[in-house]
Amino acid sequence: MRAFEVDERLGAEAGAKAPASVPPREASQNPWAVAARKLRRDGAAMVSLIVFLVVVALCLSAPLYATYVSGTDPFATNLNGEAVINGQTTPVLEASTEGLGLGMTPIGPTWRIGPYVLGADNQGRDVAARLLYGGRNSLLIAGVATIITLAGATLLGVVAGSFGGLVDAALSRLLDILWAFPIYLLAISLSIVLISKGFDIGPISITSGSLALPIVIIGIVYVPYVARPIRGHVLSLMAQEFVTAAIGLGVPSWRILWVDILPNVATRVIVFIPLMLALNMMTESALSFLSIGVQSPDASWGTIIQDGQGLLYSRPWVALAPGMAIALCVLALNILGDGVRDALDPKSKLR
Amino acid sequence: MLVGLVSRFGQMVFVLVGISMLVFLIFFATPGADPAARIAGRNASQETLAAVRHDYGLDQPLPIQYGMMMKRLFVTGDLMSFVNRGQRVTPMVAAAIPVTLSLVLGAAVLWVLGGLVVGVLAAMTRGRWLDRSLMILSLIGVSMPVFWLGEVANLVTQSRFHDTMLFSWVPALGYKPITEDPAAWFKTLVVPWITLATLYVGLYGRVLRAALIEVLQEDFIRTARAKGLSETRVLLRHGLRSSLVAFVTMFGLDFGALVGGGSLLTEVVFGLQGVGKLTYDAMQNLDLPTIMATVIYASFFIVIASFLVDVLYAVLDPRVRHAR
Repeated sequence: MRAFEVDERLGAEAGAKAPASVPPREASQNPWAVAARKLRRDGAAMVSLIVFLVVVALCLSAPLYATYVSGTDPFATNLNGEAVINGQTTPVLEASTEGLGLGMTPIGPTWRIGPYVLGADNQGRDVAARLLYGGRNSLLIAGVATIITLAGATLLGVVAGSFGGLVDAALSRLLDILWAFPIYLLAISLSIVLISKGFDIGPISITSGSLALPIVIIGIVYVPYVARPIRGHVLSLMAQEFVTAAIGLGVPSWRILWVDILPNVATRVIVFIPLMLALNMMTESALSFLSIGVQSPDASWGTIIQDGQGLLYSRPWVALAPGMAIALCVLALNILGDGVRDALDPKSKLR
Repeated sequence: MLVGLVSRFGQMVFVLVGISMLVFLIFFATPGADPAARIAGRNASQETLAAVRHDYGLDQPLPIQYGMMMKRLFVTGDLMSFVNRGQRVTPMVAAAIPVTLSLVLGAAVLWVLGGLVVGVLAAMTRGRWLDRSLMILSLIGVSMPVFWLGEVANLVTQSRFHDTMLFSWVPALGYKPITEDPAAWFKTLVVPWITLATLYVGLYGRVLRAALIEVLQEDFIRTARAKGLSETRVLLRHGLRSSLVAFVTMFGLDFGALVGGGSLLTEVVFGLQGVGKLTYDAMQNLDLPTIMATVIYASFFIVIASFLVDVLYAVLDPRVRHAR
């Protein structure tokens, strides 16, 4: 609570247009409640939050959909299967009639509730069911990678910013190097080395094809993007009078970190959550599209787009649907991110 | 100024060494598999493995291996691919650079112009319907995965609407060198340019709008208005000028990142044989020497480019010059 009031004053000192004295009504309330109320009044952000939660709920209900609506196993190849469409029995994969007549064309979208709403992919699997299962993986990877990024970045940023000296110099240089590294090339380098054989160091063992691999890779590559601003924030906090006062009073440093620094940093970290989720979803889809993310027969939105690439001109919905799902989620998260930032931290400048 | 430049130069050299060591460690010292087996590619024979071990000095300590690697990349340029037997890596990368540059330069022109138009229009009509719709469109542009947008563009221009007046001029996917046929070069690149630029138009438009709106609160804008200047002139001559600083910094970073591997997804979707596609193909064949080379060359390009941008800044902006 105290930290938050201090933050308000910091803003005023920094020349922001906020009034120098905090209005008594706001100050007397829990700052988190104030932020939550601001967020609730933000219509666009609330709509986005609801859209995102609906998508999450739909993806979580994937097993229900596969059992009761599509009635097929979305992970098993179904090359010789048949489906009943409009009362007629149709093979799921038909010999292609286009071009040389080579290859197979899977069943197209039926656009009615039941099996193959969005058609089948080139293995005869139900695209709609895979879309829901894929969404679970995309959301799971983005979520856990976000936790890794934010936890790692907060730790590094706070340690570097508060210890200073040699520790800060070493960590900052390390972040400089990671920062300069092109994201996709770093991810590719890590994936190519790990994807075939997995990773085995001491107690940590990740088998190849495990979801943990893309999670860890995506979680690591974005650490410097968050750690740098947090370090800067901690440095400026350490120079503030209320920290100097605490040091002068003989408050132990762990207590200064816990009571004065962390609550101030927490607001920054929360602002990053929706933005990192959006960024991580994009990165996951890109890596899976390049076949170094989620491995077949598992699905994610990126892998389904890749599956659909070969069918792009004959059955475009295989690739179109997951891309729309990604765009919808990322859009919702970006709008929500703007809302959260305005509610919590109106003075920060995020790109 | 000189002290600042020297220290910035030292920082650049440090980052270059750090990156090359990191890449080296990823490829040669990650626990899990024998680096020789990784470098030799799939199903390599015992002779190839032995050749790799000898070639890369894998029986020697790590620092010597690192030194040998750097020498092959930057001094002799004779790093060999084992998947495409006997193919030298450095000339392959050199041949791919013009393709990537063509793609990124054209897209950069589009996104700078588009970002300027979107940002200025939105700031001028702040809060009205034009501003709202531009900002929503920008957000949608930022939210679409670029490789997916590329596929949609291919679907429209190569298949569904290829036979209509609108897109019948779009040639098949691939790259034509500008030296051979400038018109074909331009035609093959138009769709990739627009695809790649879409994301950045949204991004730059939003940033510029925010910067303009902030600048328009400043005192010197009030003075300009009080002088009786027209609103357009105030916005373009006074407002835009000082908002461009953020714009230029972003541009330097994004341009470097795109040339250094960021355009990989666009190149893959449109079949352009640039540095990114080279990396992607090498990845499909598990051709590690090629990946190592592209990763190191690309990250060096980014680091050196951002150093040059900083130097340019110090030359142009007296405040930066006297900061240190």
